[in-house]
Amino acid sequence: MTKLLLGAEAIAQGALDAGISGVYAYPGTPSTEITEFIQRAQRDPGKAVRSAWSTNEKTALEAALGMSYAGKRSLVCMKHVGLNVAADPFMNASITGVHGGLTIVVADDPSMHSSQNEQDSRVYGKFAMIPVLEPANQQEAYEMTRYAFEMSEKSRLPVMLRVPTRLSHSRSTVKRGEPKGQNPLNPSTGKGQWVLLPANARGNYQRLLEKQEELVALAESSPFNWVKEWNEGETDHDRETNPVGTSNRDGKTDQGGTTTQVSNDIIDGVTNGITGVIAFGIGYNYVMEVIRAYNLPVEVLKIGAYPLPRNLVSRFIEKHNTLLIVEEGYPVYEELLKGYRGDDALRGRLDGTLPRTGELSPGLLAKALGVETAEPNAMPAIVKGRPPMLCPGCGHRDLFHALNEVMRSYPNHRVFGDIGCYTLGALPPFNAIHTCVDMGAAITMAKGAADAGMRPALCVIGDSTFTHSGITGLLDAVNDRSPLTVIISDNETTAMTGGQDSAGTGRFRDICRGIGVEEKHIRTVVPLKRNHEENVKVIREELEYEGVSVIIAQRECVQTAKRKRKKE
Amino acid sequence: MELGLHVKQAEVHGMSQRGGAVESHLRLSSREIFSDLIPLGKADLILSVEPMEALRYIPFLAPDGMIVAATEPIENIGNYPDKEKVLATIRQSAQHLLVEAEPLARQAGSGRAGNVVMLGAASPYLGISTEQLEAAIARFFERKGDEVVNMNLNAFRLGRALAIKEDETSK
Repeated sequence: MTKLLLGAEAIAQGALDAGISGVYAYPGTPSTEITEFIQRAQRDPGKAVRSAWSTNEKTALEAALGMSYAGKRSLVCMKHVGLNVAADPFMNASITGVHGGLTIVVADDPSMHSSQNEQDSRVYGKFAMIPVLEPANQQEAYEMTRYAFEMSEKSRLPVMLRVPTRLSHSRSTVKRGEPKGQNPLNPSTGKGQWVLLPANARGNYQRLLEKQEELVALAESSPFNWVKEWNEGETDHDRETNPVGTSNRDGKTDQGGTTTQVSNDIIDGVTNGITGVIAFGIGYNYVMEVIRAYNLPVEVLKIGAYPLPRNLVSRFIEKHNTLLIVEEGYPVYEELLKGYRGDDALRGRLDGTLPRTGELSPGLLAKALGVETAEPNAMPAIVKGRPPMLCPGCGHRDLFHALNEVMRSYPNHRVFGDIGCYTLGALPPFNAIHTCVDMGAAITMAKGAADAGMRPALCVIGDSTFTHSGITGLLDAVNDRSPLTVIISDNETTAMTGGQDSAGTGRFRDICRGIGVEEKHIRTVVPLKRNHEENVKVIREELEYEGVSVIIAQRECVQTAKRKRKKE
Repeated sequence: MELGLHVKQAEVHGMSQRGGAVESHLRLSSREIFSDLIPLGKADLILSVEPMEALRYIPFLAPDGMIVAATEPIENIGNYPDKEKVLATIRQSAQHLLVEAEPLARQAGSGRAGNVVMLGAASPYLGISTEQLEAAIARFFERKGDEVVNMNLNAFRLGRALAIKEDETSK
């Protein structure tokens, strides 16, 4: 059965076909579509896969680990910065190990299309010493997801699947395999394994270290690591793929170590002297695009499964005088392979052959391989930027108008902001917020600034961001009686990522009261033009209060409202 | 897919509802496609439902590439340039087909069918037969009933007719 799927959807389909019993996730570009696909698939009867949104990535990963403990397969999805939030269970799940298969999908965002950094999650994979899989295309995304669950149960470790934005958000055809049923309920009987008291943890950690050799051996023979030899004039080679780990390959894996030396003299000046490329994940696509377009005599080692297969890589490096290392993200393995003394024969992002930052492209690879391409036509000067902005009629707009009016009374004021649509309030015409760092930081940074003496200390945070990581910070402020005003801009949804359910909808008053915010300093306003004067008054009053106050600015997201109307 | 072609379509999600520019790279080939992104200077066709946006992606257009663009500007920014200058720039930049999509869409039965008009206008340059495209449109709108299907088929045909007429006049 062949389907046209986004990379994200191919992962979701792979997980469903691998027999998961649950997916746990907090929305985050470019990972959101994985969970949404599984939620839509729930309309099929008889496929009970638990799929509602989690409050944040940490709760998601812990719940997925619990499902694994119970013997079932679970998937957890997040964007790269979400893994920072989930880092605690992530690092410790490699120490406990798993029972039912556990696959952690992390979607990285090189070039920061929709993120505050471009951290490379493979570093986390290495840090936790777990297997990492990195697909180059949608078919591999499907197959690797299925393979990840097998591998997780075999190695008794969580497995990370890392995808970049470009694969997650690109469609291609995917051939499905035979779906597998769910695991039965079969809770782990391991005792010390799950109790990470120091005595147990030391033993577990030792076993994790001992497993590393086995993981490297798996990578050496992995169906996702192989050499694509250069065949002159070969311009086309369609890959027949069989689902799950049994895929055929374009090239033959260089298992035996008997290889032919690629002649250097015919290509000097054509490929910058590079005869071999080590291409990781989606980097393979850009390399192949260029090799095929310009018929370059270059051999490619494609790596899709980590830890690094040492023998495969060593043999490949020995065969070539000059190599290009192509990684989508940080030069993680380039740095490792180059070593402290800096092997000049290994080119890549560190020596400027490829740019140090940002997403790769066919053009960048052409240049790195010495191909002179015609300068593309420039974008005509008449074209103006069209930045994203808050929707017409959005409640955040009315909130910022009211806020700005109040803040005119406080020269040199600063307002702490957070992550969501309302981050656009940092831009003209509002210029209303002055920070955006990480989920929930609006409250805690405002608290710290208040502690330092800053007045007024004010922050704006969205409803979903508040439940994700803001509640604990508010508790700190209450306990410390910090003079702080928190505006929860509540549009009753996780709007930025397309309108997913928000964990605290309808309960913000109760949550704040429960934490200990005084009843009379929990105010609710409706950000509408006609309420402007009243909203200005409420904000002004609470700014003058020397304690913790919360203003809930509540109005449904206009996009959600539109979708609801359409449905009716 | 039905024609046995390889397909890759990369898009930028998430910005459209907040008024930002959205791009999508569509690659169709009888051979395996590696890169999800079209290399700069290699696009055969820029299909844009907005004139200034067509110009934004000129760096991707091949020297003999074609621009098919709707002429109706979406002026959600304060400094939107003069429409006539935008259209003139398109005319100077490449082979082009400028389509007043909205009147054709209304003629077909709905002002909202502009995208399908544009698909029709681009259809002579896609390498996919009219029958295949029409069958796909019919399938896409099937759930919404015959009336919607026919309206969209009309929109497609009006766009296509315009493209063919313009092509003949230019010869």
